[in-house]
Amino acid sequence: MASSTAAAKTRAPRSRGDRIFSGLATAAGGLILLTLAGVAVFLTFQGLPGFTAAKDQVPGGEGIVGYIWPLVFGTLLAAILALLIATPLSIGVALFISHYAPRRLAAPLGYLVDLLAAVPSIVYGLWGIFYLAPRMVPLYTWLDEHASFIPLFAGPASVTGRTILTVGIVLAVMILPIVTALCREIFLQTPRLHEEAAMALGATRWEMVRMTVFPYARSGMVSAAMLGLGRALGETIAVATVLSVSGVVSFNLITNSNPSTIAANIALKFPEASGVQVNVLVATGLVLFVITFAVNFVARAIVARRSQFSRAE
Amino acid sequence: MASPETTEPPGDRLDPLALEQRLHKPPLPRWAPWALLAGGVVVALLLRQTMGVSAALSVVAGWLAFAVALTSTSRWVEGGRRSVDRFATVMITTAFAIALLPLGTLLFEVVSKGAPALNSTFLTSSMRNVVGEGGGIYHAAWGTLLVTGMAAVMSIPIGLLTGIYLVEYGGGPMARWITLLVDVMTGIPSIVAGLFAYALFVLFYGEGVRMGFGGAVALSVLMIPLVVRSSEEMLKLVPNELREASYALGISKWRTIVKVVLPTALAGIVTGITIAIARVIGETAPLLIICGATDSTNFDLFSGRIMTLPVYIYSQYKNPGFPPEFGVERAWGAALVLTIIIMLLNLVARLVSYYFSPKTKA
Repeated sequence: MASSTAAAKTRAPRSRGDRIFSGLATAAGGLILLTLAGVAVFLTFQGLPGFTAAKDQVPGGEGIVGYIWPLVFGTLLAAILALLIATPLSIGVALFISHYAPRRLAAPLGYLVDLLAAVPSIVYGLWGIFYLAPRMVPLYTWLDEHASFIPLFAGPASVTGRTILTVGIVLAVMILPIVTALCREIFLQTPRLHEEAAMALGATRWEMVRMTVFPYARSGMVSAAMLGLGRALGETIAVATVLSVSGVVSFNLITNSNPSTIAANIALKFPEASGVQVNVLVATGLVLFVITFAVNFVARAIVARRSQFSRAE
Repeated sequence: MASPETTEPPGDRLDPLALEQRLHKPPLPRWAPWALLAGGVVVALLLRQTMGVSAALSVVAGWLAFAVALTSTSRWVEGGRRSVDRFATVMITTAFAIALLPLGTLLFEVVSKGAPALNSTFLTSSMRNVVGEGGGIYHAAWGTLLVTGMAAVMSIPIGLLTGIYLVEYGGGPMARWITLLVDVMTGIPSIVAGLFAYALFVLFYGEGVRMGFGGAVALSVLMIPLVVRSSEEMLKLVPNELREASYALGISKWRTIVKVVLPTALAGIVTGITIAIARVIGETAPLLIICGATDSTNFDLFSGRIMTLPVYIYSQYKNPGFPPEFGVERAWGAALVLTIIIMLLNLVARLVSYYFSPKTKA
């Protein structure tokens, strides 16, 4: 394709329509770069007064660092819980669709999993608070009674189920479709000859998967998980709906006093915020933007490097 | 993989028959896993009926009994490697079943709780002067239509033109950067897009700005990368021979793109755009920030708060009024409407790509 466009560029005399059209296309591309830069610039501009605000003006009275740290902790905790639940599940689901399900069923089953991605996050929030949370309470009570020697389950158990573990499960369900879709795509790219060679050597199906599919897909699985992590870090409304927050820093997963997350905190506080509080909230948003940008950038860089590899092969 | 068969020195006291038997242990009959699965179901039913164990727990127990029984039977009859394989199969199938569980319960909840709320009053009245019973989603539905429509009007040309730039004109370092940054942009948290729109419009309109157009800008930030991605993929699929045939007839490049390349890829592009609309129409967080919430109908995107369906659901849940049952019921009703809209958009996208894409000869 590159060669044909280059040839067209050198040979065809560029008419006015051509110049206008290519100018429009280039401008659209430039606008995207500008938008991304704009997101960073405007957030910094509005967030800066929040970073420099006096200690007593920041809610909580401990300065901006004391305000953001529990939020960053909560964001990471919820996202990592979601990732721990979703990654093995997604790999299993992706394998089921790519290598285990009957050939004719594979596409419709994949479509079913994609439907999970279509559900809006507020509906996940309603589902989490009205369906999932009450059903988690018996488990939390049991964990509190029998496993409270583990700091994660120290209790006291929540009676509403609005814990960070419930949030982790809801987030896991929400990132499952994207991680599954990416894993499935990579699993399907495994060279057919590798798989057939493994089968011909008498490997069972699972041995074939372990010897050919996983080694081929390793970097892709890592980046899929990181993209899922990016999604979970930024998820807002489902967390704001489900979680019962109190701003503590604790690994205790089953109580009513949980650390909030950056995104949920903004959604909860922004509608009533005014003055420098708005700047503080925008500053936390900037921190979230930087974290997710870094996670996504690394994930995409892994994918890009990998696609260069496969082209070289 | 270091099984005894392969480590044995070949030709050394080899008893062909014994080796044959060790390598080819008879597999379990095909009905065996199903019989064991039935056994697991029986265990679950027994626990539920005779001992009164909770439904979820007895299903887990029955499943566990099935997994253990199958793995150990297989180990006994077929040997270690096959039993590991069977265990992996069970785990992978289970993962899929678990993944479908939330989808099933979620759709069931939304339909069963949302359907009672749907009636003509619900669809045709706003929340103005409504405290308890009554009221509806009229204002929110209009708001969603206007804000999402505006976002689509802005995103589709920019996204499509960028896709054209990347495929037809790109190749330089700028194209590489755009590709990478578009990918990164798809990962921007939606709430950050809302904050961006606020930070942008606060410069012009002063503190506390709330307007529908800001919501459209925020949604565009989320929607443009989706449109770029899908239209780029679709344009790449257009065979180069078509372009070359057009150039050979002396057609200029831009007319080739408009008259040959775009019509060929149209079905795929429409599908991608529809899916992108379906994705942003359910966004709550950015609209909560910049559009705010209101009880009245507002048709003006450029002044004042404007209600949208996702924010409506959120605020009905957060501030259900008194008595609270009605607010929660309205939240579920609106959730059902929103879910139906999104599922319909997805369905339309599928149908467009199914019926209108160029037919390839099998």
